[in-house]
Amino acid sequence: MEEETHTDAKIRAENGTGSSPRGPGCSLRHFACEQNLLSRPDGSASFLQGDTSVLAGVYGPAEVKVSKEIFNKATLEVILRPKIGLPGVAEKSRERLIRNTCEAVVLGTLHPRTSITVVLQVVSDAGSLLACCLNAACMALVDAGVPMRALFCGVACALDSDGTLVLDPTSKQEKARAVLTFALDSVERKLLMSSTKGLYSDTELQQCLAAAQAASQHVFRFYRESLQRRYSKS
Amino acid sequence: MKETPLSNCERRFLLRAIEEKKRLDGRQTYDYRNIRISFGTDYGCCIVELGKTRVLGQVSCELVSPKLNRATEGILFFNLELSQMAAPAFEPGRQSDLLVKLNRLMERCLRNSKCIDTESLCVVAGEKVWQIRVDLHLLNHDGNIIDAASIAAIVALCHFRRPDVSVQGDEVTLYTPEERDPVPLSIHHMPICVSFAFFQQGTYLLVDPNEREERVMDGLLVIAMNKHREICTIQSSGGIMLLKDQVLRCSKIAGVKVAEITELILKALENDQKVRKEGGKFGFAESIANQRITAFKMEKAPIDTSDVEEKAEEIIAEAEPPSEVVSTPVLWTPGTAQIGEGVENSWGDLEDSEKEDDEGGGDQAIILDGIKMDTGVEVSDIGSQGGPKHWKNGADAPIILSDSEEEEMIILEPDKNPKKIRTQTTSAKQEKAPSKKPVKRRKKKRAAN
Repeated sequence: MEEETHTDAKIRAENGTGSSPRGPGCSLRHFACEQNLLSRPDGSASFLQGDTSVLAGVYGPAEVKVSKEIFNKATLEVILRPKIGLPGVAEKSRERLIRNTCEAVVLGTLHPRTSITVVLQVVSDAGSLLACCLNAACMALVDAGVPMRALFCGVACALDSDGTLVLDPTSKQEKARAVLTFALDSVERKLLMSSTKGLYSDTELQQCLAAAQAASQHVFRFYRESLQRRYSKS
Repeated sequence: MKETPLSNCERRFLLRAIEEKKRLDGRQTYDYRNIRISFGTDYGCCIVELGKTRVLGQVSCELVSPKLNRATEGILFFNLELSQMAAPAFEPGRQSDLLVKLNRLMERCLRNSKCIDTESLCVVAGEKVWQIRVDLHLLNHDGNIIDAASIAAIVALCHFRRPDVSVQGDEVTLYTPEERDPVPLSIHHMPICVSFAFFQQGTYLLVDPNEREERVMDGLLVIAMNKHREICTIQSSGGIMLLKDQVLRCSKIAGVKVAEITELILKALENDQKVRKEGGKFGFAESIANQRITAFKMEKAPIDTSDVEEKAEEIIAEAEPPSEVVSTPVLWTPGTAQIGEGVENSWGDLEDSEKEDDEGGGDQAIILDGIKMDTGVEVSDIGSQGGPKHWKNGADAPIILSDSEEEEMIILEPDKNPKKIRTQTTSAKQEKAPSKKPVKRRKKKRAAN
């Protein structure tokens, strides 16, 4: 739908200018999201974080194979396809993480013996891929109208060898000492999923989690404004 | 998911409309849908939209050894994938016919036509050549996959830049993109497929059928041509009988269409190159139309993390200390240890995985008892945790992990002759950390269920 709306898409963060005392890199990259861009899936969304881009398509609730049927709730399947080569173990592992996150928020009991399939395609990978996949999956589920108890978002952070925390790291920044990805829910910013790689202390874990919760405020505000724009003309 | 069947009245409606020279989307017989090409930030990545059909193409390269019978030529590899988001009917097991047909057509169109100069991909004859891999993913299926895929492939190949290599005598230097600008591939010509759908036994034809029209067509004729009016591939499927002048007419139409599409592609490539050179913004983020109500952008947002340290300290101060680690490793023989109890896998979908947690047979316990454990680790620790297994001999019984009915379990050791081992003792050489991991070999017999 081509519309002539000229809604100002620039959001200024709550604290305006000035980098935080923690480190120079505490900012989220440029976000963009487009919904309902594919005609066949029930819901679709393309989420861009800087140069990382993931396309998600959702089919559901739809018919489920008898072997995979669950009698009292919907069967959620997540499929992640890399851009180059065949999917391997890393993709399977990410699929599982995303599936666990989605199962925690999707109200599957409203649609028993059906299947909800989330298909993710990596369009470009420039850091924070798992976080971008989570965000794309959430927007696609919203676009498909799947009932959820909360929205969720993915935030990634990287810890440098000198302890500096960088949110939404790029591929270069991901070569740090540790990279932590969290999935947070929108109601109380609680932790739904965490996936970490590298060495860090428990203090640093809590610091990263607190920073991720602060960042998730912005992501949820982005979701809200994007949906407000979408439904502004009814 | 099963394909929704096309109702009879819809089929009749489409065929009647075609007889009256009308198409559902208002196009003329020879009209193509709108083609939109957008590029990503890395070289060789593009998305092509032919109407609503969307294909993502990515080209990548790697240095490999050449094929034995073609030692001076590079390797081209094409892979077209029908993603499950493209249509509900595309499931991993179900699309093999269509997939094979499309892949074969892509290969004939691009490889057999020699549009890429493979000789220029050779680095060291007989040892190292470039392998160019083109991955195409169908994202949305609204008909005419082959045309969209061929456009995506050729655009991605033209857009791609491979790392620069220099050969001086015996030394081969591979430069990173930062050291030297990557070089484009050498492409002779651009073959593009044009599809013609035939209806009513060849009486009516349509160019660029969409998904509904493809469902009711009798047959499909695909002609791959370049702008010099050279036919690269021609394929007729569906078993329709075509007259010679029909085929000639189609090839003339294809010539015109290919010229238009090639012009569009060159313009898109030129635009992208200009933007990159001028340092402007490029990539998929720029191709999201700003005016769409379904699209939204947010600029870079700084996050205030000044209170992060206080919050973290609070949480840690209130938290309980971590509990003791419960499971201790059990060392059966040097180099073979067991941690944990082996519970059912929770990955969910692996229907072929062997289930290993059924009750153990009695013979298993006897064999394991025969192993003298000379390690000082208490087995009863594991026993007291209460696994889901059966014990036959009280607190010292080992955990039984499989229902193997094999009488003999051989544990191979790094420094012993495997044939001598029956029921193994470990009193002889005990090493703390053997250099090689010995292999525990068990032939599994699945219980006939």
